[in-house]
Amino acid sequence: MGWATISRRATQMGGGVFTDKRALHAALAVLIILIPLIFQAATGLGFLVRILVIVGIWILLALGLNIVVGYAGLLDLGYVAFYAMGAYAGVLLGQATSDVLGGATYWVMLVPGAIAGAVTGLVLGFPVLRLRGDYLAIVTLGFGEIVRISLSNNILGLTNGAAGLPRGTEVMVPPFGLRWLQANVRFDTPLGDFVFSPNLYWYFVVLGLIVISVIVINRLDDSRLGRAWAAMRENEVAAAACGVNIRTQKLWAFSIGALSGGVAGVTFAYVQQFVSPESFIFMESVFVVCIVVLGGMGSIPGVIVGALVIRGIPDLIQGLAVAGVVRLSGATMSSITSYRFLVFGLLMVIMMAFRPEGMIPSKRRARELHPEDDAVLFDESLALEEVDHAGRSSDHGP
Amino acid sequence: MNYFIEQTINGITLGGLYALVALGYTMVYGILMLINFAHSEMFMLGGYIGLLSLKVLSDPSLAEDVGLGFLEPAQAFFNSGTIGFILMLVVTFLVSGALVGVVGMITERFAYRPLRKAPRLAPLISAIGISIFLQNAVLLWVSSKQLPYSRADGTSFVPVKTAFTFMGVEVSTMQVLIIVTSITLLLALDTFIARTRVGRAMRATAQDRDAAGLMGVDVNRVIMLAFFIGPALGAVAGIFNGMYYGSVKYNMGFIPGVKSFTAAVIGGIGNLRGAMLGGFLLGIIESLASGFISHAYRDVIAFIVLIVVLVVRPGGLLGESVTEKV
Repeated sequence: MGWATISRRATQMGGGVFTDKRALHAALAVLIILIPLIFQAATGLGFLVRILVIVGIWILLALGLNIVVGYAGLLDLGYVAFYAMGAYAGVLLGQATSDVLGGATYWVMLVPGAIAGAVTGLVLGFPVLRLRGDYLAIVTLGFGEIVRISLSNNILGLTNGAAGLPRGTEVMVPPFGLRWLQANVRFDTPLGDFVFSPNLYWYFVVLGLIVISVIVINRLDDSRLGRAWAAMRENEVAAAACGVNIRTQKLWAFSIGALSGGVAGVTFAYVQQFVSPESFIFMESVFVVCIVVLGGMGSIPGVIVGALVIRGIPDLIQGLAVAGVVRLSGATMSSITSYRFLVFGLLMVIMMAFRPEGMIPSKRRARELHPEDDAVLFDESLALEEVDHAGRSSDHGP
Repeated sequence: MNYFIEQTINGITLGGLYALVALGYTMVYGILMLINFAHSEMFMLGGYIGLLSLKVLSDPSLAEDVGLGFLEPAQAFFNSGTIGFILMLVVTFLVSGALVGVVGMITERFAYRPLRKAPRLAPLISAIGISIFLQNAVLLWVSSKQLPYSRADGTSFVPVKTAFTFMGVEVSTMQVLIIVTSITLLLALDTFIARTRVGRAMRATAQDRDAAGLMGVDVNRVIMLAFFIGPALGAVAGIFNGMYYGSVKYNMGFIPGVKSFTAAVIGGIGNLRGAMLGGFLLGIIESLASGFISHAYRDVIAFIVLIVVLVVRPGGLLGESVTEKV
C-alpha cells in the first residue's frame, strides 16, 4: 500500500525514473532473481547466496510475527517456540517417512510443520489470550523457554537433547530436483563457473514462500479479519462493543502467525540439514521482535527491509570475513555479534522515543503510535484516509 | 525427611532472593503498569559491582592500585572473621545498591519517562532494549566469561561455610545471611511504605497518579524513588546470588528475572507483601520440584506455575481482580 502511494505521488509529481508502479516492481523482481544467479556464478561469492537464504528465512519469521505484533497488536516474546515446533516436527516425521517420500520429504513436511506451529499456537493461545498485553508477553516468553528446555532435555526420548537431530550418522534427504539440477545445470560464464548449488535451490524456495506470505498477508489485511484486527488493536473495548469477537480474532492472529513460524522452521531445518535447541534461544525471539519493531510494525516492506538490514548486514560482514575477503580476527568477529545487539538495544529505546512506527512505517500504525497529533491533525488524517482508500482501490482493481 | 528439610531451606533461601528482586518489579508495575524488563539487568549489575567492591575491600594491594590505600586499617578488620566479613558485606551492599539505584533512575529518566503517554507496548519494548543493551555492554566491556566470586587467592569471601546443623541438616552461612538479610530488608521496606510520608506518597501515586499529583505529590520524584529502591534491592540479591552460586555472568539476570516477575504475579502484582509471599512460595515450590520431580525441568515448572497463576487467578493471591477501566 505504502509503495503504491509513493509511486502514485511520484507519478503525480512527474519525478523519478519509474513513472509506472509496474515498472518499479518489474525491475525489483528482475533484481531479486538475477542477484543470486550472479553471486553463484562469480568465483568466490557463492557464500553470499547462503546468507540470502538465511536472511530469507528471517524475513519469513518476521512476516509471521508481524501478523501477531503488527496487525493484532499482541506482543509475543516466545515466537521461536513455533519455529522450533515446526522444525522438530518436520525433521522427526521427515526422518520416519523419508524412505517412502524420498525427494518429496521437505515439501510434504511443510504440512505437518505448519500444523505443529498452528496447533501449538492454538494450545497456548486459547488459555492465555484473554490476558493483558504485557502479561501475554511474559507468558509467551515463559512458553518459549519451556519449549527450548524440553527440547534440550530430550523430551519423550524424541529430540536427542542438545546434540540435535538427525542423530549420529543419519542424513536428511535432499529435496526433489536438487540432485538433477546440481548434475545438469552447470556452464561457464564470464564471471566464473555456474553450478546450481543447494543454496540457490533454497533461495528460490524461500523466495516463493515469502511471495506467498506477502500475498496472503495483504489479502488478510484487507479482509474482515484484518479490519477486526485493526479495530481491536486501536481500542479493544470499542471493538468488542461493535461486535468484534476479541478472543476469536486474537486466536486467529496468533495461530496464523504460529503457522508461518512452523513453515519457516521446517524450511530452516532442511536448509541447515540439522536442528538443535541452540537455534531456539530467547535471544532469537528478541531478534525477530527487533526486526518487526525497527522495520515498522504492521508494514510488510518495513519488516522485509528490517530483516535485510538487521540480519543481513552483520551476516554479510561475517561472511566476507569467513571467505577471506575482509580480514578480521576471531575476537573482532565475536564482538561484531555483541556490538550488533548493543546497537539494537539502544536503537529500540531511541526508536520507541522518536519513531515508534519503525523505519518504513505502515501509515495507519504510525498514526496510532502518535496519539498526541490526533487533535491537531484530525482533518489531515481524514484526508490521508481518503488517499489510503484510493490507493487500495487502484491496487486491487474494481 | 532430611532431604525434604534441606530442599525447603534451599527453597527459602532462593525465595528470599526472588522476593528481593520481585519487589522492584511490583513497585514499578504498581505505579506505571510497566513490566520493567531491564530490572533483571539491575540484579546482574549488582552482582558485578558487588564483586568488584568485595575484591577491593578484601585485598589491600588491589585497593592501593585503585587509589583506596587508606582503607588498609579497615581491611585488616574486614578479613579478620565473621563480624568483619559481615561489615564488609554491608559496605558492599551500600556501594552497589547506590550505584545500581542510580542506573535504575537513569533508565527511568531516559527510557521510560518520555514514553509515559505512549501506548503500553512502547515502554515495554524500550525496556527490552535497555536489557539487551546492558547485557551486551557487560559482555563487551567487562567479560564474556563466567567470573568466579572469590578473593584474589581464589578462596570464598565467606569465612565459615556451615553456620549450624538443624535436625541433621547443615545450614550454610550464606543461607542464614540471605534469609536474615532479605527478611530484614523486606520488613524495612514494608514499614517505610506503610509509615512514612514518602511511603504514603508512593501508595497514593500507585492508586491514582493524576489525583496524587493534584494533591501536591511530586509524582516524578516518587517514580524516581521507586526506580532507585527497586534496583538497589535487586543489586543486593545479585550480590547474594553471586556469592551463593560462586560466579557471575553477563546473562545471569534473565532467568531469575523472569522467575521473580512470576513471584510478583503469584503474590498479586503491585502488592508489596504479595511479592514477598510470592517470592518465598516460588522459591520453595521450585526447590521441592527440583529435588523431588526433576532438576532439569525446574525452570519449566516455575514457568508453568506462572502460566497457571495468570490464567486461573490473574490478580494473584493477595491482589484484587481489577477490571480494565475504559
